[in-house]
Amino acid sequence: MPHTPAAVDEVVADVSARFGLLETSTFRGQTRIVVRSVDAPDALRLLNQLGFDLLVDITCVDYLEYKGAKHRYGLVYLLANTATNQRLTVRAFLDDPDPTIRSVVPLWEGANWLEREVWDLFGIRFEGHPDLRRLVMPEEFTAHPLRKDYPLQGRGERHNFPVITRDHS
Amino acid sequence: MAVDGGKLELPENVFVSKLDELASWCRKNSLWPMPFATACCGIELMATGASKHDLARFGAEVFRFSPRQCDLMIVAGRVVMKMLPVLQRIWQQMHEPKWCISMGACASTGGVFDTYAVVQGIDRFIPVDMYVPGCPPRPEQLIQAIIDLQDKIQREGTITGREFDTAGRQARKRALVEIAAPLSIDAARNPVLQRELAAASEAIGPRS
Repeated sequence: MPHTPAAVDEVVADVSARFGLLETSTFRGQTRIVVRSVDAPDALRLLNQLGFDLLVDITCVDYLEYKGAKHRYGLVYLLANTATNQRLTVRAFLDDPDPTIRSVVPLWEGANWLEREVWDLFGIRFEGHPDLRRLVMPEEFTAHPLRKDYPLQGRGERHNFPVITRDHS
Repeated sequence: MAVDGGKLELPENVFVSKLDELASWCRKNSLWPMPFATACCGIELMATGASKHDLARFGAEVFRFSPRQCDLMIVAGRVVMKMLPVLQRIWQQMHEPKWCISMGACASTGGVFDTYAVVQGIDRFIPVDMYVPGCPPRPEQLIQAIIDLQDKIQREGTITGREFDTAGRQARKRALVEIAAPLSIDAARNPVLQRELAAASEAIGPRS
């Protein structure tokens, strides 16, 4: 891919015509669009058909204690078009309780682990995901650690193991 | 051999020793490390085993990656709680006599990573003989730790491995906490652990 990103205005206009964007912004050549969470998977399918064949990342932000936040979870989809070097950020906001969104694994295979990671660390459920289980934390872990109401030191899970002393081993 | 006025004179090629000392001498001079390298300290461990700071000079001739063939486990790097059962299994698979070196700040105390996933010192769950501070420790520090461990083996070693039999004879580590109650997966339901956490947070005071 060439180094300088190409313009995405036409793409944004297409998506805006189909779905109605909540917000569009540009900063230093990077464009971000915000869609409703019910529309997000369809908008992503449209973007996939428009040539965005690389899903760079899926991540999430927890706005629990953020001043002026209207929703708690902000999902971030980073997309790239490897042929034309266009890049786009798609945001979708979700709320408690039970933040759920349809999975985009049918569009990009790479979303499999990315969505598993978001489920593991934030607790956002992806409907239609073929194998939604924890990725980085152990399987018996019960909390979602990157949420803002989970303490940094944890709730004792890191020391909840049997002790092996010299007379055991 | 000649008896000279009641004192036995030995020729030059005979020496008398205790079996314990002999066994300890053999064991300390052929410590084969099991490199349990999880992170950056593993690189320094590799550097210590390489040609410039050669660990093989001290008897650590081969880094066997099978626990069945090693007697020294060097835990180099931070150990996350997902890895800890693996660490414990490898430790249990090693044959006695066995020793453990906790290399680096993360293996000794958790290092800079005071987070939900990193075990704050492997000596909470594994008996450790030697700690090497540093982030990462220089190869010379690790070599010094091996030398100190060799001194410890010479001092305390027995041919039958009696020093490993009773936990009471070895000094109990400050950081080890016996969890008497059966473990539950949910840490909130582990009363001993919660009590320890409450005591520790009282001692530290309120965190910002």
